Amino acid sequence: MSHWIEGQTGLWEIVIGLEIHAQIISMAKLFSGAATFFGGAPNTQVALFDAAFPGMLPVVNAKCIEQAVRTGLGLNAHINKYSVFARKNYFYADLPAGYQISQHELPIVGPGLVAIDLSDGTSRTIRIERLHLEQDAGKSLHDRHPTRSFIDLNRAGVALMEIVSQPDMHSSEEAAAYVRKLRSILRYLGSCDGNMQEGSLRCDVNVSVRRPDEDFRTRCEIKNINSVRFVVQAIEYEAHRHVRVYESGGSIEQETRFFDSSSGKTLPMRSKEMVHDYRYFQDPDLVPLMLDETFIEDIRTNLPELPDQKKSRFMNIYGLPAYAAGILVEDRETAEYYETVAKGRDPKIVANWVMTSLFGALHRSGREISDSPISADHLGQLIDLIGDGTISSHIAKSVFESMLETGQEPSAIVTAKGLKQVTDSKVIERAIDEVMRQHADKVALYRGGQVRILGWFIGQVMKATDGKANPEKLSTLIKKKLAGSTLSSV
Amino acid sequence: MTALVDLSLADARTGLNRGDFTSVELTEAHLRAIERRRFLNAFITETPEIAIAQAKASDRRRRAGQVGTMEGLPIAIKDIFCTEGLLTTAASHILDGFRPPYEATVSARLRAAGAVTLGKTNMDEFAMGSSNMTSYYGNVLNPWQRHGAPEIKLVPGGSSGGSAAAVAARLCLAAVGTDTGGSIRQPSSFCGIVGLKPTYGRCSRWGLIAFASSLDQAGPMTRTIRDSALMLGAMSGYDSKDSTSAQVPVPDFEGALTGEIHGLKVGVPCEYRPDGLAPEVIALWDKGISWLKAAGAEPMEISLPHTQYALATYYIIAPAEASSNLARYDGVRYGLRKAGNSSLNEMYMQTRAAGFGQEVQRRVLIGTYVLSAGYYDAYYLKAQKVRTLIIRDFQQAFKTVDVILTPTTPTPAFAMGEQMDDPITMYLNDIFTVPISLAGLPGLSVPAGLSPEGLPLGLQIIGRPFEEQTVLKVGGVLETAACFTQRPSLAVAN
Amino acid sequence: MSLNKSTVRAIAFLARLDLSEEAIEPLIEELSAILQWTEKLQSVDTTNVEPMPCINFVQSYWREDAINDGGYAETVLTNAPESAKGFFLVPKVVN
Repeated sequence: MSHWIEGQTGLWEIVIGLEIHAQIISMAKLFSGAATFFGGAPNTQVALFDAAFPGMLPVVNAKCIEQAVRTGLGLNAHINKYSVFARKNYFYADLPAGYQISQHELPIVGPGLVAIDLSDGTSRTIRIERLHLEQDAGKSLHDRHPTRSFIDLNRAGVALMEIVSQPDMHSSEEAAAYVRKLRSILRYLGSCDGNMQEGSLRCDVNVSVRRPDEDFRTRCEIKNINSVRFVVQAIEYEAHRHVRVYESGGSIEQETRFFDSSSGKTLPMRSKEMVHDYRYFQDPDLVPLMLDETFIEDIRTNLPELPDQKKSRFMNIYGLPAYAAGILVEDRETAEYYETVAKGRDPKIVANWVMTSLFGALHRSGREISDSPISADHLGQLIDLIGDGTISSHIAKSVFESMLETGQEPSAIVTAKGLKQVTDSKVIERAIDEVMRQHADKVALYRGGQVRILGWFIGQVMKATDGKANPEKLSTLIKKKLAGSTLSSV
Repeated sequence: MTALVDLSLADARTGLNRGDFTSVELTEAHLRAIERRRFLNAFITETPEIAIAQAKASDRRRRAGQVGTMEGLPIAIKDIFCTEGLLTTAASHILDGFRPPYEATVSARLRAAGAVTLGKTNMDEFAMGSSNMTSYYGNVLNPWQRHGAPEIKLVPGGSSGGSAAAVAARLCLAAVGTDTGGSIRQPSSFCGIVGLKPTYGRCSRWGLIAFASSLDQAGPMTRTIRDSALMLGAMSGYDSKDSTSAQVPVPDFEGALTGEIHGLKVGVPCEYRPDGLAPEVIALWDKGISWLKAAGAEPMEISLPHTQYALATYYIIAPAEASSNLARYDGVRYGLRKAGNSSLNEMYMQTRAAGFGQEVQRRVLIGTYVLSAGYYDAYYLKAQKVRTLIIRDFQQAFKTVDVILTPTTPTPAFAMGEQMDDPITMYLNDIFTVPISLAGLPGLSVPAGLSPEGLPLGLQIIGRPFEEQTVLKVGGVLETAACFTQRPSLAVAN
Repeated sequence: MSLNKSTVRAIAFLARLDLSEEAIEPLIEELSAILQWTEKLQSVDTTNVEPMPCINFVQSYWREDAINDGGYAETVLTNAPESAKGFFLVPKVVN
């Protein structure tokens, strides 16, 4: 799959780097004891420190440090035992202190790697440059009043991990795969819930283009994209915009843009802001962060199995192809669900049921696997009922639908609705005979060479047996009968 | 019988314990003194009703047998400490109407120890100054006057000018101040009182309105060394709400005042004797050295080679930190807001221009500049490196000596209106105090004598980190030898 | 280092200080003088010297992850010059 843009004057390569802000899962904020959960009434989750009252001071939250280290380890990154908090100074209404406590020259996590899988079966490694801890800002609402903006500081001070990639991605597909993979890893680790709608995961995308083998050209930053779909759209639009500009003889100015989801375009920020000079300096209210080996090793020892490891394991133990394994492990809960069902059963059959029927149903009802109406055990039981011939795979589909609606176990549904498979050849033959008798004309057509009517005959017999006829037996018997033999049942 | 307002903290404590008088009587005497000497402008906010209520409560506690270390003793608090429900301004227009819903740790500890709050004292705006002439609430008058020139108004020093004047003028038994580059020690020297800047981290900064975070320290301002030790004990201690608070135990400071300094090595740095230093200052310093020698100490010359760079270092680092610490004063959540603007930036700009005085604006601009792109390395980073060298100078010196003795200020109190030509002249007042702040060391100013015009001069004792006990002990020896009993002319016997 | 007016204006904007024409002239001189005075530091040899941005007498303390603050919106808003419905109000920001 080529990731070149074919311009009028030749090929262009897209160069993409991503900065992802991930809200850390913790009870309290990075430097204060106020709560972090989403959706509270305005300014009810604000400590005096978060509102930058005079004389208030930061005290760092141990859990947030742990989560950052855990994430660094999950990204195969180097953990910096000595790191420093720095102030990033700028004025904005949602930044009460007039500075954000972040990390600048000495972040807590250094270079790392993320493996991504693409739809054509290939894999790539994207390099992570660094991960650092920083405070989130509050929220401004600009649409409540004609001349006033409303400020809510609930989110001010929530811990964020800023994860910066190298500009290693060259297509919107790669960028999407990267975001999904990163999100998956963070959710596995339990360090971020990856909920993009609620803003716990936000992407800033840096896009530029260049001729093959050229040095980097000017890039533009598109801020605060909150869905993978929009990441893709923004990259496509922006890269093509650069190409258009260059090919018409213009030049790209470094700027920050925002993505307008209604038009699918990136637009310049309306107020031409002065170039920010953040005047970073080490925060004198805090001491440097020092991590000892024991602390890091404890976290490392207790890391959960991560997506890449799980995927390899699924491929080896369950013999699943890479693509399917990749889908099943993207989400830890899904992987656990799958493994519960797959225990002692045919893994490929299970994979099929989970990825097709179950995912389809969950998607239609907008649910997550954690509130699936069909439990892993019940799905397993359903698959067993097919396996031991109690029901046909055809009937199983309607049992599945009933399970979705009622949450009952499959055998109860089968019994209640009398859905057991008909395997008795005599019964099937009687049904076949009846259909053939009623449609002698069609039999003649079949015997006359229109063999495609077989499907219709099978359908009719199925209907006559309420779908319960064993498909294999039905197929064998009906072919013989239509062919003219009067085989008696075995 | 000594007037109630002329007692030391320690003697007042004794008197209260003996039942010679009540806290209410003691407090009322001070409230009357405050009224009589309001012309000094030492207070921004007086709190007479609260003081009486606290005094009554203290007397009740005493009758029930509950006696804290500062029980019933009336003190004043510099208006840089957030006091719950009480106007707190940092002497700035930009904090108009600000009533903190919380109490600073240091003042809370003093209250918990039983102290009575007489009011919030005047200061240089946001603690930036050495004269208490930058306050939005007007200048503070030094209760001392030059012999034969009573019409010349003198500055009390700064930034804790109101606290120093109040203690010197017997408006309170003691006061809490803060010191960033000399703001306790310099006004203490100018007003003839004892002022201690503890080791950085000894007292909590929680609730202390920040000027320069790596330098600010709260400290006691008193009339005697024993009082300083007593009050320091009540103020100190680890506070987990302050990440720069030191996890060290609080020793018995009063118990260390044994007067026993035999064999103690006293460093005398040659760099603190620059050309042109006033002869009376040199003379007093020499006298101090001889007093300590007479008590059995061993003076010896030391070198602190980077002393000459300390002021420049300080005037890069402190404004840099201040420019960031003061960014929160923007009219959004408390204090002054300049209304009627069409944009957020305009509101910020007009509020801050109207709310901050000139010296604060100057320092915010300097601080912003030295951190800005292209200048960070040459100014801020360079200054931090020189700071390391200054710290090393002291570490090296303390390998051979136990304390260091220097003058506190190069001159006695100057007149209002002098030193106004340019900011730098004002900055030079802190030449002897700033290096100690940069190194985070404990520094004590003890009134040691008078200048030819009859104005107090202080000597500074510097110690190793967390060795306030030694510093106070040496201070006690100097105090005994100096026998400084003079009173400011604007606060003669009551 | 001698500053010029446009630098001072730029710094003043970074610091969100509105300087009038009358205020700016003396400031240029004062600030230049102060900065020039601090330049004596350039003569200090600081090769291989680490900066000291904070006094390091202090051990590190990490707070436990527990909700023990916040939940007092009224208090947080009590000093606000302008507030409504639990929010701080500021002049509208055009984005």
